[in-house]
Amino acid sequence: MSKTIQRPGDTIFRGLAQSAAFVILVTLAAVALFLTAKGIPGITADADQVKHGTTFATFVIPLVFGTLWAALLALVFATPIAIGVALFISHYAPRRLSGPIGYVIDLLAAVPSVVFGAWGMMTLAPAMQGPYAWLEENLGFIPLFAGPASSTGRTMLTAALVLAIMILPIMTALCREIFLQTPRLNEEAALALGATRWEMVRMSVFPHAKSGIISAAMLSLGRALGETMAVAMVLSASGIITFNVISSTNPSTIAANIALSFNEASGLTVNALIATGLVLFVITFAVNFAARLLIGSPKRAKGAKK
Amino acid sequence: MAHHIDVTDLNIYYGDFLAVENVNISIPARSVTAFIGPSGCGKSTFLRSLNRMHEEIKGAHVDGKVIANGQDLYASTVDPVDVRRQIGMVFQRPNPFPTMSIAQNVLAGPRLNSKRMKKSTADDIVEKSLTRAGLWNEVKDRLGRPGSGLSGGQQQRLCIARAIAVEPDVLLMDEPCSALDPISTSVIEDLIHELKTDYTIAIVTHNMQQAARVSDRTAFFNLNGVGQPGRLIEHGPTELVFSNPSEAATEAYIQGRFG
Amino acid sequence: MTSLLTRPAAPSAGPPSLNRPAGRRPLPQGLTAAIWATSGLALATGFLTDLGGARGFGLAWLIAMLVPLASLVFEGRRKATDRFVTVLVVTAFMIAVIPLVSILSTVIAKGAPVLSAEFFTTSMRNVVGEGGGIQHAMLGTLIITGFATLISVPIGLFAAIYLIEYSDGGPTARGLRFLTDVMTGIPSIVAGLFAYALFVLIFGEGIRMGLGGAVALSVLMIPVVIRSSEEMLKLVPNELREASWALGVSRWRTIVKVVLPTALAGIVTGVTLAIARVIGETAPLLIIAGMTDSVNTNPLDGRMATLPVFAYSALMNPGVPPQPSIDRAWGAALTLLIIVMLLNLVARGISYLFSPAQRR
Repeated sequence: MSKTIQRPGDTIFRGLAQSAAFVILVTLAAVALFLTAKGIPGITADADQVKHGTTFATFVIPLVFGTLWAALLALVFATPIAIGVALFISHYAPRRLSGPIGYVIDLLAAVPSVVFGAWGMMTLAPAMQGPYAWLEENLGFIPLFAGPASSTGRTMLTAALVLAIMILPIMTALCREIFLQTPRLNEEAALALGATRWEMVRMSVFPHAKSGIISAAMLSLGRALGETMAVAMVLSASGIITFNVISSTNPSTIAANIALSFNEASGLTVNALIATGLVLFVITFAVNFAARLLIGSPKRAKGAKK
Repeated sequence: MAHHIDVTDLNIYYGDFLAVENVNISIPARSVTAFIGPSGCGKSTFLRSLNRMHEEIKGAHVDGKVIANGQDLYASTVDPVDVRRQIGMVFQRPNPFPTMSIAQNVLAGPRLNSKRMKKSTADDIVEKSLTRAGLWNEVKDRLGRPGSGLSGGQQQRLCIARAIAVEPDVLLMDEPCSALDPISTSVIEDLIHELKTDYTIAIVTHNMQQAARVSDRTAFFNLNGVGQPGRLIEHGPTELVFSNPSEAATEAYIQGRFG
Repeated sequence: MTSLLTRPAAPSAGPPSLNRPAGRRPLPQGLTAAIWATSGLALATGFLTDLGGARGFGLAWLIAMLVPLASLVFEGRRKATDRFVTVLVVTAFMIAVIPLVSILSTVIAKGAPVLSAEFFTTSMRNVVGEGGGIQHAMLGTLIITGFATLISVPIGLFAAIYLIEYSDGGPTARGLRFLTDVMTGIPSIVAGLFAYALFVLIFGEGIRMGLGGAVALSVLMIPVVIRSSEEMLKLVPNELREASWALGVSRWRTIVKVVLPTALAGIVTGVTLAIARVIGETAPLLIIAGMTDSVNTNPLDGRMATLPVFAYSALMNPGVPPQPSIDRAWGAALTLLIIVMLLNLVARGISYLFSPAQRR
């Protein structure tokens, strides 16, 4: 195959496009590199050199716990709702309504995180005080609700609820896409057998969508892990580890902790905070990586091109 | 200036797959040569190799020689972009640029290459090309309207006008009528007939009557089986190929026994 | 409801039969419609009267449950299950809508009284207690988001062009797409830390700078721009590229003059949505752009206030007395919300106005 002549314009333009694509790689590498370079002094710092006054491991473990715990709770709340809403849009709502309904959910995605935080802090938390007291009184034997119930409502459960609302739109959108991809023939086959709508969904939509739902959940988990403002504003945090979700002492999350303490930090404390950021980056990277692997390779190469 | 094309020992590949094998043919100037044959026989692939459009598909390449105007189109010093300015192409489905008006579509070739020209020159090219494509009278009052507003047959003639506005020597047509109704088809066929006084024309068609109607020479391509490369079975004056083919396969195809 | 996912496909309700069992008649449509309407009424009553949203919701749900209940009596178990799931699915939607309504109404109720000409045209410089405004924060948001757009759009668009127009869809392209997806998942606070670490390298410890905010936002914005532009370039029919090549137009001119104009509306829509997404980002700006009370229009010179960070710090550190600051926070939140909604509307408008009557 003979090498074809390249016009100078083509060479330059192609070079530009190629380097732009290369920027993605460089950026990701730079994020990892810079966080590592700036984080390592924070990891190795002695307890008396940093504001939190402990070794890095003691500092970061409660934060990692809080991060995973809050995200997991949010996922537990959001998943059934997202599946329900997605199903409503894809299979239950009248066809004319499904567009506007999808738009309403997308509106939720457009709300800035600081607004969620403000709402969670000023509206949701006070509203939850009553329910929390009730939970402590009636379900206090479950460790989750051991209490004492927070008098401000700014608890792990509130933060997780706000997180759940925040990841709802993305999860709904992903699930909706997956449900809509169910082969029409499978659905019609089920209906032709005399199945009710629910039986059709269970027989043809869910089996088809299973792995898609799991990866949607993992992508949303990635979002929840990294979400900062809602937790920073809603949660009243202290560096403990507890599964109690309604008390006034809660573990903070990595992201919220950075946001809350970065501006007062100096010296090695800054490095330690950056190191926690690195930990967060690694966790979300792993979760996203796994989710993308699950969505996986096939069906990628569709489109107008060769 | 129209000139003829000589093809020697041309093999055409998609990656490692040999799609068309060992073609030798001479396409004379100022005449219409039709390529016929069953689906997958490589006639379109061959046509696209004549102006180096073939290689726009990833991994596609050729070996052999295609000589036009004394120059091997596949020589290493030849820029495929220049080849396409000499050898224009009309596609199966009309594809006017949707963002451009009728006049802008006609001028697309020169304009997209940023050729500076005076308004009067541009107007001249538009009128001349559209007249040549037999479309001027139908669109002269709406040159500023989008090209996609025309009927299918008109769009295809707009595409022909767009191709000849570049002033090529050769026009390649890849099943130009297959997406059109019979009336538009006959208009285009008449147009081809007129255009051959100035251009060398090669046309791929799956419609044997069309080949018989418009072409001076016919080349029949065939393949032995799926996965086998396509081959040029025979070529010659259209009348001869249709009335007295020298190969049995050609006769079988022309009589509609397969394909 | 999650357990549904792990359940095997076989229906437990026995083989479906065309013959309806004797004595089973379908519920009249009018009845179900009436129950649904009553349920909706209860919900509305809950929100509009002293009954309270939660009680109204519970009441509405109980009423709606009459449908599957009646169905169980008259239509049999399979139908009843079907109707029960319908109630669940509608419930899920209502649960999703309630916070949206609550957020919007809270922000509007608390923010709208604050908005005034003075609020938009003064900064917080030398303001203690009442008065002051968000001029500095609006300017900062405008500047930082503007620079982020200037950085992200060329990179994102060119990367998309590489993926669609140049790459052969081989391992390189697949790798890049994968990395783009992964990049979409970078937490915004990590982007802020990255910008900080980068700028510390250049300017020294403790740096705060508007441009840093723009870099952090770009990290979040680039993958979004790539993804949406890629989708739009894919929609351009290959025939148009071929038509252009066949006219002897080089590849790059084909891209610039045929492909991009054809995809323009979609690309602009995608960019607008990307802007809407990052304009509300708080965490990275808190880290690298910081907060100040004065107008600062130089992205290279120190702290720069932005709307989200303003709202955040006005709520979290209100000072004494707290109420004026909290009010300003809601005003800023409402302003931000309006900007984001407007951007979304604009994006939709563009894609609606320019969507070509797709003829192929």
